[in-house]
Amino acid sequence: MGILLLEQTLNGLQFSVTLFLIAAGLTLVFGVMNFVNLAHGSLFMVGAYFAAWFAGVFGSFWLGLLCALPATALVGLVIEVLVLRRLYAKDHMVHVLATFALILIFNDLVRIVWGPLPLPLDLPTGLAGAINLGPVPYSSFRLVIMLSGVLVGLLLWFLVTRTRIGMWVRAGANNREMAIAMGVNVKWLYTAVFTFGTVLSALAGVMLGPFVAVESGMGDGVLILAFVVVVIGGIGSVLGAAAGALIVGVVDTLGRTALPALLSALLPPTIATSLGSALGSMMIYLVMVLVLFWRPSGLFPANT
Amino acid sequence: MKTNKLLLGMTSVLTALSLNAQAADSIKIGFLTTLSGPASAPGIDQSDAFKLALKQLGGKLGGLPAEMISVDDQFSPDAAKQGADRLLRRDKVDVLTGVIYSNVLLAVTPAAIANKTIVLSSNAGPASIAGKDCSPYFFSVSWQNDAPHEAGGKYMLDKGYKRVAVIAPNYPAGKDAATGFKRFYKNELAIEMYPKLGQLDFAAEIAQLRAANVDAIYYFLPGGMGVNFTKQYSASGMDPKIVRVFQGYDADQQMLTVGDLINGIVNTGQWSSDMDNEANKLFVSEFTKTYGRVPSTYASQAWDAAYLLDAAVRNVGGKIEDREAFIAAIKEAKGFKSVRGDFKFARNHFPIQNQYARVVTKMPDGKYLNKMVGPVLKDHSDAYIGECAMK
Repeated sequence: MGILLLEQTLNGLQFSVTLFLIAAGLTLVFGVMNFVNLAHGSLFMVGAYFAAWFAGVFGSFWLGLLCALPATALVGLVIEVLVLRRLYAKDHMVHVLATFALILIFNDLVRIVWGPLPLPLDLPTGLAGAINLGPVPYSSFRLVIMLSGVLVGLLLWFLVTRTRIGMWVRAGANNREMAIAMGVNVKWLYTAVFTFGTVLSALAGVMLGPFVAVESGMGDGVLILAFVVVVIGGIGSVLGAAAGALIVGVVDTLGRTALPALLSALLPPTIATSLGSALGSMMIYLVMVLVLFWRPSGLFPANT
Repeated sequence: MKTNKLLLGMTSVLTALSLNAQAADSIKIGFLTTLSGPASAPGIDQSDAFKLALKQLGGKLGGLPAEMISVDDQFSPDAAKQGADRLLRRDKVDVLTGVIYSNVLLAVTPAAIANKTIVLSSNAGPASIAGKDCSPYFFSVSWQNDAPHEAGGKYMLDKGYKRVAVIAPNYPAGKDAATGFKRFYKNELAIEMYPKLGQLDFAAEIAQLRAANVDAIYYFLPGGMGVNFTKQYSASGMDPKIVRVFQGYDADQQMLTVGDLINGIVNTGQWSSDMDNEANKLFVSEFTKTYGRVPSTYASQAWDAAYLLDAAVRNVGGKIEDREAFIAAIKEAKGFKSVRGDFKFARNHFPIQNQYARVVTKMPDGKYLNKMVGPVLKDHSDAYIGECAMK
């Protein structure tokens, strides 16, 4: 039992880092541009599709990763310039409608281009198996996902707090009018931030691609998780996204494993299983409700 | 005088209309299926197969020229209701078929039955329609929802696995799957897990499987979830001796995309592309030739739907407006050459058929194919027929 708990905690941490990877791009765009981008999950999907496609062409996962990031960035750039740029001044509801339309368009577009079946994307050779962490075998690629999440976190922290661009980004997030008045070219800053957010979503899609079905609609569920993380953490805050991801990842993993076990000690097994799984599926949303009740703008709101 | 002329004109128009209605010189098929969005792969497969079958039959069903009117239900019961309404009232279809998902089927069936339109399910087979809500106007040419899971349970029991795990999503069809499995696997389960529908990460479930020390796993994880689980399971360092079995709806195409990770895995279903009969050989070769992919179980069911209608229309001599005779002819299914071989309906209008074990096999050309192992359940009906009042 002790070992299992340890393993599940590790799984929780691993899931947290994955969630951070997924949510980082969303929180950046949301926070800096005050733009609700429902198409975030679609860019995650496009990233995974490009990776699977390039990896198939070149026969290497890493080359697939290398090509997928700029390719998806280009897609992000194009939709920012053609569509999203016209919507920033408008209401959030318009953002939601337009980017929801993008979800539908992308979901059918990838099917038209790549067909209805999931694309194969294999784990890179050498990382396909598991390594032993003490008494338990653990997937080596999961450790690579963790590492990439931590690196992205450090990169973001460095960019936002240590560079001039980061300063503009913070200025834009805190007081947009003032930033414009001080001569920041907000138009192109927005394009840059959105494109960078796209690269982050694509990276998440590529890194998760070998572990999930690369298929139309794969970004839809991811989007919901990302929003839960961002809302708990505080919109626009990288630190918030990290904290939100940690809470959601650990609560979700322990909730869906420990709860049924805990309940089965108290209740008959059939009731314990169904009640435990039902509660386990709900846990992260309950946490979100609690957090929003006490701190309506999240744990680390950026715009205060 | 003017009024008289108008009346005369109207009468002749009406006569022409009624004459047209009397001569049932064609059969209209409303094909309501999911053609867009992430859940559309099975619907597209069925639509492709049905069109191909019609082409194969020279555009006719039982000698009557057939018109197929396709409507996309968008995987939404509301959109499906509107679509069905249009098919029933405006297009006045004789048969409604093509529905993939149970929630969609349950939403459109009552209106169709009230309209005396025949509903021929080419996929979904909810328990209520097999049982207490059975109707003369409803037929399933596919299977009752529990059937592949019952076969999975029987297979595990026959093989004598002692520590068995069941994983299914936490939604009605997932619970039904576990119920169906447990109906035939009578031993106590080592562990059962119900992750949420569409779950991304299965690391926690895999850790629990390891801790429960299982010797076999039955999983019903439709769509992308099955691929997610398979990929993550393979990378997790689990003992390769642990047996995995799953329901086979996705095993003919979608699951094969994970390639070697699924080689040798057993799955259950009522059809296999290598079944040895003339109808199936024709179907598989025509489908592969036309669309460049191996047909799925879904496609086989839509093909069968067309050939079942063909046989029934022929047996009533094209007089499909006599609904009672038409229903009797479908029920009898005389001369219907199913790709599954012999075919017959039980009194609740669901098939009595074998459920087979199939196994994913690597072919000499390096591709993977789902191949027949053998029957697990023979002449199998369903658990709900007792609740059906129909004779």
